Amino acid sequence: MTVRIELPVHLRTLAGAGREIAVTVERDAEGSVSLAAVLDALESRYPVLRGTIRDHGTLRRRPFIRFFACEQDLSHASPDDPLPDAVARGDEPLLVIGAMAGG
Amino acid sequence: MSGVRLLVGTRKGAFVLTSDGTRRQWKVSGPHFAGWELYHLKGSPADPNRLYASQSSGWFGQLIQRSDDGGETWTAMNNAFMYDGTPGTHQWYDGTPHPWEFKRVWHLEPSRTDPDVVYAGVEDAALFRTTNGAQSWEELPGLRAHGSGPHWQPGAGGLCLHTIILDPSSRGRMYVAISAAGAFRSDDTGVTWTAINRGLKSQGIPDPDAEVGHCVHHIAMHPARPDVLFMQKHWDVMRTQDGGDSWHEVSGNLPTDFGFVIDVHAHEPDTIYVVPITSDSHHFPPDGRLRVYRSRTGGGEWEPLTAGLPQENCYVNVLRDAMSVDALDRCGIYFGTTGGQVYASADAGDSWTAIVRDLPPVLSIEAQTLG
Repeated sequence: MTVRIELPVHLRTLAGAGREIAVTVERDAEGSVSLAAVLDALESRYPVLRGTIRDHGTLRRRPFIRFFACEQDLSHASPDDPLPDAVARGDEPLLVIGAMAGG
Repeated sequence: MSGVRLLVGTRKGAFVLTSDGTRRQWKVSGPHFAGWELYHLKGSPADPNRLYASQSSGWFGQLIQRSDDGGETWTAMNNAFMYDGTPGTHQWYDGTPHPWEFKRVWHLEPSRTDPDVVYAGVEDAALFRTTNGAQSWEELPGLRAHGSGPHWQPGAGGLCLHTIILDPSSRGRMYVAISAAGAFRSDDTGVTWTAINRGLKSQGIPDPDAEVGHCVHHIAMHPARPDVLFMQKHWDVMRTQDGGDSWHEVSGNLPTDFGFVIDVHAHEPDTIYVVPITSDSHHFPPDGRLRVYRSRTGGGEWEPLTAGLPQENCYVNVLRDAMSVDALDRCGIYFGTTGGQVYASADAGDSWTAIVRDLPPVLSIEAQTLG
Protein backbone atom coordinates (compact mmCIF):
# COMPACT_ATOMS: atom_id res chain seq x y z
CA MET A 1 0.00 0.00 0.00
CA THR A 2 1.14 3.55 -0.57
CA VAL A 3 0.84 5.73 2.51
CA ARG A 4 1.14 9.50 2.28
CA ILE A 5 3.05 11.36 4.99
CA GLU A 6 3.35 15.08 5.64
CA LEU A 7 6.38 16.17 7.64
CA PRO A 8 7.16 19.40 9.51
CA VAL A 9 9.17 21.83 7.44
CA HIS A 10 12.46 21.20 9.30
CA LEU A 11 12.25 17.48 8.63
CA ARG A 12 11.29 18.04 5.00
CA THR A 13 14.42 20.15 4.62
CA LEU A 14 16.51 17.57 6.39
CA ALA A 15 15.21 14.77 4.21
CA GLY A 16 15.37 16.86 1.05
CA ALA A 17 11.75 15.96 0.45
CA GLY A 18 8.68 17.82 -0.69
CA ARG A 19 5.56 18.61 1.29
CA GLU A 20 4.27 15.08 0.99
CA ILE A 21 6.14 11.78 0.96
CA ALA A 22 4.69 8.50 -0.29
CA VAL A 23 6.04 5.27 1.17
CA THR A 24 5.13 1.71 0.39
CA VAL A 25 4.00 -0.35 3.39
CA GLU A 26 2.84 -3.95 3.41
CA ARG A 27 -0.42 -4.69 5.17
CA ASP A 28 -0.04 -7.05 8.12
CA ALA A 29 -1.80 -10.41 8.50
CA GLU A 30 -5.00 -8.66 9.57
CA GLY A 31 -4.90 -6.42 6.54
CA SER A 32 -3.92 -3.35 8.61
CA VAL A 33 -1.13 -0.84 8.44
CA SER A 34 0.36 0.36 11.74
CA LEU A 35 2.04 3.64 12.60
CA ALA A 36 5.21 1.72 13.48
CA ALA A 37 5.28 0.12 10.03
CA VAL A 38 4.83 3.49 8.32
CA LEU A 39 7.63 5.08 10.38
CA ASP A 40 9.87 2.10 9.70
CA ALA A 41 9.30 2.58 5.98
CA LEU A 42 9.85 6.33 6.24
CA GLU A 43 13.13 5.93 8.14
CA SER A 44 14.27 3.21 5.79
CA ARG A 45 13.81 5.53 2.83
CA TYR A 46 15.22 8.56 4.66
CA PRO A 47 17.78 7.30 7.23
CA VAL A 48 18.58 10.88 8.21
CA LEU A 49 15.19 11.01 9.94
CA ARG A 50 16.18 8.31 12.43
CA GLY A 51 16.12 9.80 15.91
CA THR A 52 14.16 12.89 14.88
CA ILE A 53 10.62 11.50 15.21
CA ARG A 54 11.27 8.52 17.47
CA ASP A 55 14.09 8.09 19.94
CA HIS A 56 16.92 5.78 19.00
CA GLY A 57 16.73 2.45 20.76
CA THR A 58 13.34 2.74 22.43
CA LEU A 59 11.57 3.96 19.27
CA ARG A 60 9.33 6.02 21.52
CA ARG A 61 7.70 9.11 20.00
CA ARG A 62 9.76 12.18 20.85
CA PRO A 63 7.94 14.34 23.39
CA PHE A 64 7.25 17.28 21.05
CA ILE A 65 6.08 15.18 18.12
CA ARG A 66 2.44 14.38 17.44
CA PHE A 67 0.65 12.25 14.87
CA PHE A 68 -2.66 13.35 13.38
CA ALA A 69 -4.80 11.77 10.67
CA CYS A 70 -8.42 11.97 9.60
CA GLU A 71 -8.96 14.74 12.16
CA GLN A 72 -7.88 12.40 14.96
CA ASP A 73 -4.96 12.67 17.36
CA LEU A 74 -3.10 9.35 17.11
CA SER A 75 -0.16 10.48 19.25
CA HIS A 76 -1.10 8.39 22.26
CA ALA A 77 -2.29 5.28 20.48
CA SER A 78 -0.03 2.25 20.46
CA PRO A 79 2.31 2.42 17.47
CA ASP A 80 1.21 -1.12 16.66
CA ASP A 81 -2.48 -0.18 16.40
CA PRO A 82 -3.95 -0.05 12.91
CA LEU A 83 -4.00 3.35 11.27
CA PRO A 84 -7.36 4.52 9.90
CA ASP A 85 -8.18 2.72 6.68
CA ALA A 86 -8.24 6.00 4.77
CA VAL A 87 -4.55 6.46 5.67
CA ALA A 88 -3.69 2.87 4.79
CA ARG A 89 -5.40 3.31 1.40
CA GLY A 90 -3.56 6.57 0.77
CA ASP A 91 -6.74 8.61 0.69
CA GLU A 92 -5.69 10.68 3.69
CA PRO A 93 -2.16 11.64 4.78
CA LEU A 94 -0.53 10.85 8.09
CA LEU A 95 0.49 14.19 9.55
CA VAL A 96 3.69 14.29 11.58
CA ILE A 97 3.46 17.48 13.60
CA GLY A 98 5.92 19.45 15.68
CA ALA A 99 3.98 20.32 18.83
CA MET A 100 2.83 23.90 19.09
CA ALA A 101 5.31 25.22 21.64
CA GLY A 102 7.79 28.04 21.94
CA GLY A 103 7.71 31.08 19.73
CA MET B 1 47.58 33.83 2.09
CA SER B 2 46.61 33.50 5.71
CA GLY B 3 43.10 33.98 6.91
CA VAL B 4 40.59 33.25 9.59
CA ARG B 5 37.35 31.29 9.52
CA LEU B 6 34.91 31.72 12.39
CA LEU B 7 32.38 28.97 13.00
CA VAL B 8 29.46 30.57 14.81
CA GLY B 9 26.70 28.52 16.41
CA THR B 10 23.47 30.31 17.25
CA ARG B 11 19.97 29.58 18.50
CA LYS B 12 18.67 29.61 14.93
CA GLY B 13 21.42 28.25 12.75
CA ALA B 14 25.13 28.33 11.98
CA PHE B 15 27.13 31.07 10.34
CA VAL B 16 30.59 30.93 8.80
CA LEU B 17 32.52 34.20 8.80
CA THR B 18 35.73 34.43 6.79
CA SER B 19 38.42 37.03 6.38
CA ASP B 20 41.94 37.35 5.13
CA GLY B 21 44.80 37.91 7.55
CA THR B 22 44.07 41.59 7.95
CA ARG B 23 40.73 40.69 9.56
CA ARG B 24 39.18 43.92 8.33
CA GLN B 25 36.57 42.66 5.87
CA TRP B 26 34.42 39.65 6.63
CA LYS B 27 32.27 37.49 4.41
CA VAL B 28 29.20 36.09 6.13
CA SER B 29 27.74 32.75 5.07
CA GLY B 30 24.53 31.39 6.57
CA PRO B 31 22.30 30.61 8.17
CA HIS B 32 23.19 26.97 7.73
CA PHE B 33 20.60 24.60 9.24
CA ALA B 34 18.26 27.57 9.65
CA GLY B 35 15.88 27.29 12.57
CA TRP B 36 17.94 24.72 14.47
CA GLU B 37 20.09 25.29 17.51
CA LEU B 38 23.77 24.95 16.75
CA TYR B 39 25.42 24.48 20.11
CA HIS B 40 28.89 24.01 18.68
CA LEU B 41 30.91 23.68 15.50
CA LYS B 42 34.59 22.89 15.34
CA GLY B 43 37.20 22.09 12.71
CA SER B 44 39.79 19.36 12.83
CA PRO B 45 43.29 20.67 13.62
CA ALA B 46 44.59 17.85 11.40
CA ASP B 47 42.40 18.85 8.43
CA PRO B 48 40.92 22.35 8.69
CA ASN B 49 38.35 21.66 6.00
CA ARG B 50 36.87 18.83 8.07
CA LEU B 51 34.21 20.47 10.22
CA TYR B 52 31.77 18.98 12.68
CA ALA B 53 28.56 20.64 13.87
CA SER B 54 26.10 19.83 16.62
CA GLN B 55 22.59 20.61 15.35
CA SER B 56 19.68 20.13 17.73
CA SER B 57 16.09 20.97 18.40
CA GLY B 58 13.72 20.44 21.28
CA TRP B 59 11.30 18.98 18.76
CA PHE B 60 13.49 16.83 16.56
CA GLY B 61 16.46 15.93 18.74
CA GLN B 62 20.12 15.75 17.86
CA LEU B 63 21.87 15.70 14.52
CA ILE B 64 25.57 15.71 13.75
CA GLN B 65 26.69 17.39 10.55
CA ARG B 66 30.06 16.99 8.89
CA SER B 67 31.68 19.05 6.17
CA ASP B 68 34.74 17.99 4.21
CA ASP B 69 35.06 21.26 2.32
CA GLY B 70 35.28 23.93 4.97
CA GLY B 71 31.55 24.40 5.35
CA GLU B 72 30.50 24.67 1.70
CA THR B 73 28.50 21.43 1.90
CA TRP B 74 27.39 19.29 4.83
CA THR B 75 26.34 15.70 5.39
CA ALA B 76 24.18 14.48 8.25
CA MET B 77 26.07 11.77 10.12
CA ASN B 78 25.13 9.21 12.74
CA ASN B 79 23.10 10.78 15.53
CA ALA B 80 22.66 7.84 17.89
CA PHE B 81 24.15 8.65 21.29
CA MET B 82 23.33 5.63 23.42
CA TYR B 83 24.57 5.49 26.99
CA ASP B 84 26.62 2.43 27.81
CA GLY B 85 24.65 -0.06 29.90
CA THR B 86 21.98 1.06 32.34
CA PRO B 87 22.52 4.79 32.77
CA GLY B 88 21.40 5.07 36.42
CA THR B 89 20.55 8.37 38.08
CA HIS B 90 22.07 11.75 38.86
CA GLN B 91 20.64 14.41 41.17
CA TRP B 92 17.76 16.54 40.02
CA TYR B 93 17.62 20.24 40.97
CA ASP B 94 15.93 19.37 44.26
CA GLY B 95 18.46 16.67 45.13
CA THR B 96 16.23 13.72 44.25
CA PRO B 97 17.50 10.98 41.92
CA HIS B 98 16.74 11.54 38.25
CA PRO B 99 17.43 9.12 35.39
CA TRP B 100 20.13 9.94 32.91
CA GLU B 101 18.51 11.07 29.63
CA PHE B 102 20.31 12.15 26.48
CA LYS B 103 19.27 15.63 25.33
CA ARG B 104 21.95 17.18 23.11
CA VAL B 105 25.61 17.54 22.23
CA TRP B 106 27.11 20.66 23.78
CA HIS B 107 30.68 20.43 22.55
CA LEU B 108 32.63 18.65 19.82
CA GLU B 109 36.39 18.30 20.20
CA PRO B 110 38.21 16.85 17.21
CA SER B 111 41.50 15.05 17.77
CA ARG B 112 44.61 17.09 17.16
CA THR B 113 46.02 14.40 14.87
CA ASP B 114 43.20 12.38 13.31
CA PRO B 115 40.28 14.09 11.56
CA ASP B 116 38.10 11.01 12.03
CA VAL B 117 38.40 11.06 15.82
CA VAL B 118 36.09 13.42 17.68
CA TYR B 119 34.98 13.64 21.30
CA ALA B 120 31.45 14.81 22.10
CA GLY B 121 30.34 16.24 25.42
CA VAL B 122 26.64 15.74 25.94
CA GLU B 123 23.69 16.51 28.22
CA ASP B 124 22.92 14.61 30.44
CA ALA B 125 26.62 14.65 31.11
CA ALA B 126 28.68 11.99 29.40
CA LEU B 127 31.56 11.73 26.98
CA PHE B 128 31.23 10.04 23.60
CA ARG B 129 33.80 9.39 20.88
CA THR B 130 33.78 8.58 17.22
CA THR B 131 36.79 7.06 15.50
CA ASN B 132 35.25 6.97 12.02
CA GLY B 133 34.33 10.55 11.24
CA ALA B 134 30.96 10.46 13.03
CA GLN B 135 29.65 7.34 11.33
CA SER B 136 29.09 5.93 14.81
CA TRP B 137 29.48 7.05 18.42
CA GLU B 138 30.38 5.15 21.57
CA GLU B 139 30.30 6.35 25.13
CA LEU B 140 33.47 6.38 27.20
CA PRO B 141 31.63 5.10 30.26
CA GLY B 142 34.47 5.43 32.73
CA LEU B 143 33.55 9.05 33.34
CA ARG B 144 30.02 8.36 34.55
CA ALA B 145 31.39 5.30 36.33
CA HIS B 146 33.75 7.52 38.29
CA GLY B 147 31.51 6.85 41.26
CA SER B 148 30.39 10.41 41.86
CA GLY B 149 27.80 10.40 39.06
CA PRO B 150 24.80 9.98 41.38
CA HIS B 151 25.86 13.28 43.04
CA TRP B 152 26.13 15.35 39.85
CA GLN B 153 23.34 17.88 39.44
CA PRO B 154 22.23 20.09 36.56
CA GLY B 155 23.14 23.75 36.35
CA ALA B 156 20.65 26.22 34.92
CA GLY B 157 21.47 25.01 31.41
CA GLY B 158 21.15 21.35 32.30
CA LEU B 159 23.61 18.64 33.35
CA CYS B 160 26.00 19.29 30.52
CA LEU B 161 29.52 18.22 29.65
CA HIS B 162 30.60 21.43 27.94
CA THR B 163 34.39 21.50 27.95
CA ILE B 164 36.82 18.97 26.49
CA ILE B 165 40.56 19.70 26.39
CA LEU B 166 43.06 17.35 24.80
CA ASP B 167 46.57 17.71 26.20
CA PRO B 168 48.95 18.07 23.22
CA SER B 169 51.95 16.93 25.21
CA SER B 170 50.47 13.61 26.22
CA ARG B 171 48.26 11.63 23.90
CA GLY B 172 46.48 10.05 26.83
CA ARG B 173 45.72 13.10 28.97
CA MET B 174 42.47 14.95 28.63
CA TYR B 175 40.21 17.14 30.71
CA VAL B 176 36.46 17.65 30.80
CA ALA B 177 34.20 19.95 32.76
CA ILE B 178 30.59 19.44 33.75
CA SER B 179 27.94 21.77 35.10
CA ALA B 180 27.38 21.12 37.92
CA ALA B 181 29.83 18.42 38.81
CA GLY B 182 33.24 19.96 38.25
CA ALA B 183 36.43 19.15 36.38
CA PHE B 184 37.80 15.69 35.65
CA ARG B 185 41.09 14.42 34.22
CA SER B 186 41.95 11.23 32.42
CA ASP B 187 45.48 9.98 31.76
CA ASP B 188 44.43 7.01 29.66
CA THR B 189 42.46 8.60 26.79
CA GLY B 190 39.20 8.66 28.64
CA VAL B 191 39.09 5.17 30.10
CA THR B 192 39.37 6.20 33.76
CA TRP B 193 38.86 9.58 35.39
CA THR B 194 39.85 11.56 38.46
CA ALA B 195 37.87 14.47 39.88
CA ILE B 196 40.19 17.50 40.02
CA ASN B 197 38.31 20.05 42.08
CA ARG B 198 40.57 20.59 45.10
CA GLY B 199 40.60 24.29 45.89
CA LEU B 200 37.20 25.05 44.41
CA LYS B 201 34.64 26.50 46.80
CA SER B 202 30.99 26.76 45.82
CA GLN B 203 27.92 28.00 47.57
CA GLY B 204 24.73 26.15 46.79
CA ILE B 205 26.06 22.72 47.68
CA PRO B 206 26.02 21.32 51.20
CA ASP B 207 29.82 21.04 51.47
CA PRO B 208 31.38 24.09 49.75
CA ASP B 209 34.62 22.25 48.95
CA ALA B 210 33.15 18.85 48.11
CA GLU B 211 34.88 16.57 45.63
CA VAL B 212 32.08 17.13 43.08
CA GLY B 213 29.08 19.42 42.66
CA HIS B 214 30.88 22.54 41.44
CA CYS B 215 29.43 24.54 38.59
CA VAL B 216 32.47 24.94 36.36
CA HIS B 217 31.56 27.17 33.43
CA HIS B 218 34.61 26.80 31.22
CA ILE B 219 38.30 25.84 31.24
CA ALA B 220 41.09 26.98 28.92
CA MET B 221 44.66 25.83 28.36
CA HIS B 222 47.61 27.09 26.35
CA PRO B 223 49.04 24.16 24.38
CA ALA B 224 52.63 25.14 25.19
CA ARG B 225 51.98 24.85 28.93
CA PRO B 226 49.45 22.08 29.36
CA ASP B 227 49.73 21.72 33.14
CA VAL B 228 48.40 25.25 33.60
CA LEU B 229 44.64 25.52 33.29
CA PHE B 230 42.40 28.53 33.76
CA MET B 231 38.81 28.15 34.92
CA GLN B 232 35.80 30.44 34.93
CA LYS B 233 33.58 28.96 37.59
CA HIS B 234 30.01 29.96 38.40
CA TRP B 235 31.72 32.41 40.72
CA ASP B 236 35.53 32.72 40.87
CA VAL B 237 38.26 32.64 38.26
CA MET B 238 40.69 29.88 39.12
CA ARG B 239 44.10 28.62 38.04
CA THR B 240 45.99 25.38 38.46
CA GLN B 241 49.72 24.84 37.96
CA ASP B 242 49.62 21.08 38.30
CA GLY B 243 47.10 19.73 35.83
CA GLY B 244 44.19 20.25 38.19
CA ASP B 245 45.58 18.62 41.32
CA SER B 246 44.96 21.92 43.10
CA TRP B 247 43.36 25.22 42.16
CA HIS B 248 43.77 28.73 43.50
CA GLU B 249 41.71 31.80 42.88
CA VAL B 250 42.97 34.51 40.51
CA SER B 251 39.90 36.74 40.39
CA GLY B 252 42.00 39.63 41.72
CA ASN B 253 40.59 43.03 40.81
CA LEU B 254 37.81 41.87 38.49
CA PRO B 255 34.60 43.88 39.02
CA THR B 256 32.78 40.57 39.46
CA ASP B 257 34.17 37.06 39.18
CA PHE B 258 30.98 35.57 37.77
CA GLY B 259 31.07 34.81 34.05
CA PHE B 260 31.10 32.09 31.46
CA VAL B 261 33.96 32.42 28.96
CA ILE B 262 37.68 32.23 29.53
CA ASP B 263 40.42 31.93 26.92
CA VAL B 264 44.18 32.19 26.51
CA HIS B 265 46.20 34.30 24.06
CA ALA B 266 47.58 32.15 21.23
CA HIS B 267 51.21 33.16 21.82
CA GLU B 268 51.35 34.36 25.43
CA PRO B 269 50.45 31.58 27.88
CA ASP B 270 50.00 34.05 30.74
CA THR B 271 47.65 36.37 28.87
CA ILE B 272 44.05 35.40 29.53
CA TYR B 273 40.64 36.88 28.87
CA VAL B 274 37.29 36.81 30.64
CA VAL B 275 34.02 38.72 30.28
CA PRO B 276 32.69 39.52 33.77
CA ILE B 277 28.95 39.11 34.15
CA THR B 278 27.12 40.77 37.03
CA SER B 279 25.87 37.70 38.89
CA ASP B 280 24.08 34.38 38.62
CA SER B 281 20.76 36.21 38.77
CA HIS B 282 21.80 39.10 36.49
CA HIS B 283 23.24 37.59 33.34
CA PHE B 284 24.49 40.85 31.83
CA PRO B 285 27.63 42.96 32.22
CA PRO B 286 27.99 45.18 35.29
CA ASP B 287 26.59 48.69 34.82
CA GLY B 288 25.47 47.91 31.27
CA ARG B 289 29.11 48.15 30.08
CA LEU B 290 30.48 45.33 27.95
CA ARG B 291 34.08 44.89 29.01
CA VAL B 292 36.56 42.14 28.25
CA TYR B 293 39.15 41.83 31.01
CA ARG B 294 42.68 40.82 30.17
CA SER B 295 45.33 39.62 32.54
CA ARG B 296 48.95 39.48 31.38
CA THR B 297 50.01 37.79 34.59
CA GLY B 298 47.99 34.63 34.37
CA GLY B 299 45.27 36.12 36.54
CA GLY B 300 45.22 38.26 39.64
CA GLU B 301 45.81 41.58 37.89
CA TRP B 302 43.24 42.51 35.28
CA GLU B 303 42.70 45.42 32.90
CA PRO B 304 39.41 46.32 31.23
CA LEU B 305 39.33 46.38 27.42
CA THR B 306 36.58 48.67 26.18
CA ALA B 307 37.62 50.26 22.88
CA GLY B 308 34.86 49.54 20.39
CA LEU B 309 32.60 47.79 22.89
CA PRO B 310 29.31 49.35 24.08
CA GLN B 311 29.79 51.19 27.35
CA GLU B 312 26.19 51.98 28.13
CA ASN B 313 22.84 50.22 27.93
CA CYS B 314 24.36 46.84 27.08
CA TYR B 315 22.59 43.89 28.68
CA VAL B 316 23.77 40.89 26.70
CA ASN B 317 25.49 37.77 27.95
CA VAL B 318 28.50 35.89 26.57
CA LEU B 319 28.02 32.14 26.85
CA ARG B 320 30.69 29.63 27.81
CA ASP B 321 31.79 28.48 24.34
CA ALA B 322 31.39 31.87 22.68
CA MET B 323 35.00 33.09 22.79
CA SER B 324 37.91 31.96 20.67
CA VAL B 325 41.34 33.08 19.53
CA ASP B 326 43.18 32.81 16.24
CA ALA B 327 46.89 32.06 15.90
CA LEU B 328 47.98 34.80 13.52
CA ASP B 329 51.10 36.75 14.49
CA ARG B 330 48.98 39.40 16.16
CA CYS B 331 46.55 37.22 18.05
CA GLY B 332 42.90 37.76 17.19
CA ILE B 333 40.19 37.42 19.84
CA TYR B 334 36.53 36.84 19.06
CA PHE B 335 33.37 36.58 21.11
CA GLY B 336 29.66 36.42 20.45
CA THR B 337 26.77 37.66 22.55
CA THR B 338 23.24 36.65 23.28
CA GLY B 339 22.30 39.85 21.45
CA GLY B 340 23.66 38.44 18.20
CA GLN B 341 26.83 40.50 17.93
CA VAL B 342 30.17 38.96 17.06
CA TYR B 343 33.04 41.17 18.18
CA ALA B 344 36.55 40.79 16.83
CA SER B 345 39.86 42.17 17.95
CA ALA B 346 42.84 41.87 15.62
CA ASP B 347 45.19 43.34 18.23
CA ALA B 348 44.90 40.97 21.17
CA GLY B 349 41.99 42.84 22.70
CA ASP B 350 43.21 46.44 22.51
CA SER B 351 40.36 47.39 20.18
CA TRP B 352 37.18 45.72 19.02
CA THR B 353 34.85 45.82 16.03
CA ALA B 354 31.48 44.16 15.56
CA ILE B 355 31.74 41.88 12.52
CA VAL B 356 27.98 41.30 12.61
CA ARG B 357 25.40 42.79 14.93
CA ASP B 358 22.10 41.05 14.38
CA LEU B 359 22.55 37.30 14.38
CA PRO B 360 20.37 35.10 16.59
CA PRO B 361 21.75 34.64 20.12
CA VAL B 362 25.30 33.31 19.79
CA LEU B 363 25.98 29.99 21.50
CA SER B 364 29.53 29.30 20.36
CA ILE B 365 32.45 30.56 18.32
CA GLU B 366 35.47 28.71 17.08
CA ALA B 367 38.26 30.46 15.18
CA GLN B 368 40.23 28.56 12.60
CA THR B 369 43.53 30.00 11.45
CA LEU B 370 43.97 29.14 7.80
CA GLY B 371 47.44 28.82 6.33
